[in-house]
Amino acid sequence: MTKNSITAAAVSVLALGLALGAPPAMAAKMDVTIGMQLEPPNLDPTGGAAAAIDEVVYANVFEGLTRFGSDGAILPALAESWEISEDGLSYTFKLREGVKFHDGTDFNAEDVKFSLDRARADESTNAQKALFADIASVELVDPATVKVTLSKPNGSFLFNMAWGDAVIVAPESAADNAANPVGTGPFTLTEWVKGDRVELGRYDGYWGTPVKLDKVTFKFISDPTAAFAAMMAGDLDAYPAFPAPENLVQFEADPRFEVITGSSEGETILAMNNKQAPLDNIKVREAIVHAIDRQAIIDGAMFGYGTPIGTHFAPHNPAYVDLTAQSAYDPEKSKALLAEAGVSDLSLSLKLPPPSYARRGGEIIAAQLREVGINVDITNVEWAQWLDDVFKAKNFDMTIVSHTEPMDIGIYARDDYYFQYGDADFKAIMADLANATDPARRTELMQAAQKKIADDYVNGYLFQLARAGVISAKLKGIWLNAPTQANDMTGVYWED
Amino acid sequence: MTAYLLRRLLSLSLSLVAASLVIFLVMEVVPGDPASFMMGINADPQAVAALRTQLGLDQPLPLRYLGWISGLLQGDFGISYTYRVPVSELIAERVVISLPLTLYALALSTLIAFPAGILAASRRNSASDLSVMGATQLGVAIPNFWFAMILVLVFAVNLRWFSAGGFPGWEAGFWPAMKALTLPAIALALPQASILARVMRSSLIDTLNEDFMRTARAKGLSRGQALRRHALRNALIPVLTIIGLQFSFLLAGGIIIENVFYLPGLGRLAFQAITQRDLIVVRSVVILLVFAVIVVTFLVDLAYAAADPRLRRRRT
Repeated sequence: MTKNSITAAAVSVLALGLALGAPPAMAAKMDVTIGMQLEPPNLDPTGGAAAAIDEVVYANVFEGLTRFGSDGAILPALAESWEISEDGLSYTFKLREGVKFHDGTDFNAEDVKFSLDRARADESTNAQKALFADIASVELVDPATVKVTLSKPNGSFLFNMAWGDAVIVAPESAADNAANPVGTGPFTLTEWVKGDRVELGRYDGYWGTPVKLDKVTFKFISDPTAAFAAMMAGDLDAYPAFPAPENLVQFEADPRFEVITGSSEGETILAMNNKQAPLDNIKVREAIVHAIDRQAIIDGAMFGYGTPIGTHFAPHNPAYVDLTAQSAYDPEKSKALLAEAGVSDLSLSLKLPPPSYARRGGEIIAAQLREVGINVDITNVEWAQWLDDVFKAKNFDMTIVSHTEPMDIGIYARDDYYFQYGDADFKAIMADLANATDPARRTELMQAAQKKIADDYVNGYLFQLARAGVISAKLKGIWLNAPTQANDMTGVYWED
Repeated sequence: MTAYLLRRLLSLSLSLVAASLVIFLVMEVVPGDPASFMMGINADPQAVAALRTQLGLDQPLPLRYLGWISGLLQGDFGISYTYRVPVSELIAERVVISLPLTLYALALSTLIAFPAGILAASRRNSASDLSVMGATQLGVAIPNFWFAMILVLVFAVNLRWFSAGGFPGWEAGFWPAMKALTLPAIALALPQASILARVMRSSLIDTLNEDFMRTARAKGLSRGQALRRHALRNALIPVLTIIGLQFSFLLAGGIIIENVFYLPGLGRLAFQAITQRDLIVVRSVVILLVFAVIVVTFLVDLAYAAADPRLRRRRT
């Protein structure tokens, strides 16, 4: 080939390129790799509590009648619209038509009835069975309409139906969803390399707005140092809930990345065993609460990420009341209260589960309590041990846990719950709330509930866990807040 | 020889039975209920009970042990509590990473250690001996996870020659998979190579001082010839023992390195299963590792016989 013919060839290639409308300099990236700390044990959100399940499949693979928006609002999903009867007892859902499950079967009212009946059945292994407790019956009106009748009015029913535990599954595939999830979402499972990653591919038969990504990979990197290196090396495009807040500063300094912070549903509390002497004395609990300097814990354990709370409620919720002043840091008051309660030489156990908010926060709290003369005995436990020892056997004085379920103040009404509060007045408030459908009345009751548990100093309310993470600067559409545990990828895209 | 083999096989099976009992009982004694772990802190107690029944956790202890053992004998490892897939599948997915990584690291370690050890022993107290001794001292002292992090920082974060970790899978091709295992294998191999080189050196030095070596030199062999023909083979037995131990250590003990490079290997499977109280996975992985260690010990015994003809001829 002579030099001329090479030039000629080059020119013709160029011309061809022009003729085809000159391809863009670089094709837009169509895939994204997301880092997660924990691997989901299985992919069935209706059969286990692991947050990691929802973090992979919520809104991506499975959808419910309703869903959470990024701001926590309840939006229609598989139910296009609904009507609520005057007495608040029956909900008639108008379902979307033309929806197909990933295996090609049609979605219709039968699937809704099946899913709800399955979740509330006696042999159900749904971790959030309480969400369905008020359902009395589910009736098919026609293939696109379902009527759910409640045994008593429940103002949070639509909210309950938005949880990952309430997604709609098909009778043909429900039993295999753990390993082979079949939902109606815009992505389907393409590969799961256990221990390493889950890959989702776009589902072309999706009923809604088509997603912009072809492929989403969730990679499981639990070690914070490894996660840091993986982001830095470009192996990951985002790590929305980064496990080590101390590294975020380094990401902030790098123009390739953007650090995102939002709020989560995680109320982090110093839980106290309300039935164990001397913690059954409200003065002692109040003394402990006043000995705690929340900001020092947020700065020391969470590197500044976190919002102080004074009750068990998420600050981003419109019904939140800021009660932090009532339990302000005041060691003198704390000592006075201890003296008043007639307690001296107090020694308490503090059992700490693995997350850093607990382990680091626990050390700081122990030091703060020592300042007022309370001796603290720290024991580090693994989660399984915590569940057995603290949660089930209630063999503890204090522990630190982040309660990450949305709107979970109702746990204070449970008699046998691990911190053993179950106050009758509080239960009455929650019962009223369950029956109330008027928004103003609901807000009023939710605020009464928040005040009640703050007044009774049930637990030390520390801070709302921040959802702090890092994303590639060009990646758009990632949820900032976490109204539920999810990585909703439906609106994510790369900016050119 | 046959009687020797049979005796070894008998003690092998006895060790396995004893190990299975210990593993089973220890996992029962450790606090933590798999069902309540899976269902979380907001769960309905009734749903937890339903799950316990579904998993067969409400059956009596001896029945569960026998069920496990009879399954194992038929090659059925059971179904993982958390993943809900057959344990054998989980293990198979992990072994294809852990085993090649172990062999890769062992090969690297041997390739470094043999020349280094021989060089140091044959030129005792020379500059090369001192530098081998110095380097291996450092190699033994450096924790492998720290070395691994340095490798990641240099080759993944700064130079970007390698991924910071992860494993593409063998279906992505042989070379990409080997590339992903390279940094972990180096991190695992360095301390092992250092130990092996030191053992090689001292074993060779001991042999070089033996009478038969003087005889070999006296009949006219050069230092190098004597070393190659007579000393090496005799120095090999302690080295083989160490290699056998290292294989078991690397196969079972790669967990820290697996964490640094987020490789889905056997160690991480076991670790994750322990924290999630996926008892059936823990038991099966541990029994498999015990089995691997026993088999390797057996193979090393055979290798002794190959290296030392006297062991072969002994009629015991």
